[in-house]
Amino acid sequence: MLQQTAPATAPSCAPSSAPAARDWNTQARNREARLARAAPLARGKVVKSADAAALLEAILETGDRVCLEGNNQKQADFLAKVLAGLDPARVNGLHMVQSVLALPEHLDVFESGVASRLDFSFSGPQGARLARLVSGGQIAIGAIHTYLELFSRYFVDLTPRVSLVCAQAADRNGNLYTGPNTEDTPVIVEATAFKRGIVIAQVNELVDTLPRVDIPADWVDFVMASPKPHYIEPLFTRDPAQISDIQVLMAMMAIKGIYAPYEVNRLNHGIGFDTAAIELILPTYAESLGLKGKICRHWALNPHPALIPAIEAGFVQSVHSFGSELGMEAYIRARPDVFFTGPDGSMRSNRAMCQAAGHYACDLFIGSTLQIDLAGNSSTATLGRIAGFGGAPNMGADARGRRHASPTWLKAGREARAGRNLVPRGQKLVVQMVETYREHMQPAFVETLDAFALAESAGMDLPPVMIYGEDVTHILTEEGIANLLLCRTDEEREQAIRGVAGYTPVGLGRDKRAVENLRDRGIILRPEDLGIDKRSATRDLLAARSIKDLVRASGGLYDPPKRFRNW
Amino acid sequence: MERLTFTYAGGRPATRNAKATLAGVVGSGNLEVLVEPVAQDGAVTIEVTTAAVGFGRIWQAVMDDFFARHGLGDLRISINDVGATPAVVSLRLDQAIETYLGGGQ
Repeated sequence: MLQQTAPATAPSCAPSSAPAARDWNTQARNREARLARAAPLARGKVVKSADAAALLEAILETGDRVCLEGNNQKQADFLAKVLAGLDPARVNGLHMVQSVLALPEHLDVFESGVASRLDFSFSGPQGARLARLVSGGQIAIGAIHTYLELFSRYFVDLTPRVSLVCAQAADRNGNLYTGPNTEDTPVIVEATAFKRGIVIAQVNELVDTLPRVDIPADWVDFVMASPKPHYIEPLFTRDPAQISDIQVLMAMMAIKGIYAPYEVNRLNHGIGFDTAAIELILPTYAESLGLKGKICRHWALNPHPALIPAIEAGFVQSVHSFGSELGMEAYIRARPDVFFTGPDGSMRSNRAMCQAAGHYACDLFIGSTLQIDLAGNSSTATLGRIAGFGGAPNMGADARGRRHASPTWLKAGREARAGRNLVPRGQKLVVQMVETYREHMQPAFVETLDAFALAESAGMDLPPVMIYGEDVTHILTEEGIANLLLCRTDEEREQAIRGVAGYTPVGLGRDKRAVENLRDRGIILRPEDLGIDKRSATRDLLAARSIKDLVRASGGLYDPPKRFRNW
Repeated sequence: MERLTFTYAGGRPATRNAKATLAGVVGSGNLEVLVEPVAQDGAVTIEVTTAAVGFGRIWQAVMDDFFARHGLGDLRISINDVGATPAVVSLRLDQAIETYLGGGQ
């Protein structure tokens, strides 16, 4: 928009008057003004943690778009506390643009009135409180994004004016070392720094020489050592002791019914016990089927401890990660051929890059969900919680922009297109893996997703569907696999879904003859159709049955967090 | 606690000399299945003791499918259930029957 700089009294319609000279550098000048206000608090770029509140008050302006780095794992927790403690009479109306709402402080800023608008991706444990604050009018939600969408908007119309980020260490010049949990930091800092915004980093320590530079000093304005090291959540550690026989049976079906026939080599796994079971029977079951070297070679995945036995058995060739996982540092350092590591030996993760890899470079996504409807739409939304999506929709969607071929992608594309007069193209495999009943006998199959009622009660534009039915290619339950690629009508699709929905009301509502017909045509596959002996579907098939087994499989390199040590 | 009884007629007799087979364990979310040979004119009787009350219709459907799948007779099946899902019930029944017929793994 043109800025009106001419005096209001100037004749507005004089044809000969030259247009007012536009100021093309307002953002940089505003940045200089902010830095000048903050200058007395800094020595070079270093600010004392005791001056953190004064620094934020000097830098922030009302209505600023602010990214407070909240990741899946590491949290800018000190800066979050300081921001939440600011006086709303001095700083208010902030528009928060951050991927994850993990800490109470991420919502305290709205309760205190410092912030009022929110664009985000995932709220996990804060979902119920977020829903209350939205219905109470204290938060206006711009949109709930996937990670890639939010990061993309940082470079279009949601560029942060001020970013409060988090790193392991900084040097006196302001170079940052993130360590293995790089996560969102590169994308946040790049968007902010190159649009004349301000970047403030909390670090665990100020050092003379960094192990490596993850974020160059040019892009960072202030660094401060936080009073305590930042919090990191061991989010993706699954104790094999909690994996059930049913999950082993479903994992066997995934390997024999999907991974083997489609030759799946580039993949992303969800984070539940269902997919951990697959990882843990690669060295046993998949090995016995002669599949080593033929499936599961390249992964976009956090360094799940459950992957250790498959790495050690030689199944896994490479892993790129969104973030790291506590306790895996020494193991990763000792397996540089597998993981992406820096010259210092520690991992470099990157959520934006790994999300792009999961979307475009992977041939299969497999994950769990809470509810699936008769069209195959899948959602984790429940009434009274606004949980968001995180990365699942980017992983669990056919990449329509993809052009490179692979055996997996081509086979799925052929199945979807057989008998239709369509231009040849491939399709990504998107598998939803659920037990028909969740705990407390909650059915995973429903006529209508709770997402629709949530959308109505929270005034959302759309029901928060995690994975659209049109992208789902297979539904895998303990009863069997439904191959939706082969369905040709909505009715077939519905019966294919009912046909694996077990004893839920949706499953009991099946047309038995139609389901047997789908089974004859190979659209529904039962364990016995796949030649799976149910007697071997026991926990004995897991390559590790406990956290202690994982430590042993790693040669003692995996160092699990205390809460997972029960020996 | 709830006790449920199901009876099916017309199954083919299972191997005469098969031995009683036990599958599963009595633990939360799990169940114990005992399969025994009993001469009763091809009938199958299933007795369920379950900690979860009010799921009779689902038990009926699970047992109907089980009988349709295997079509066996002359069996007494006793189930001690501690809130297993239908998936676990079906798996344990199939495991018990396959072991019963196959004489162990």
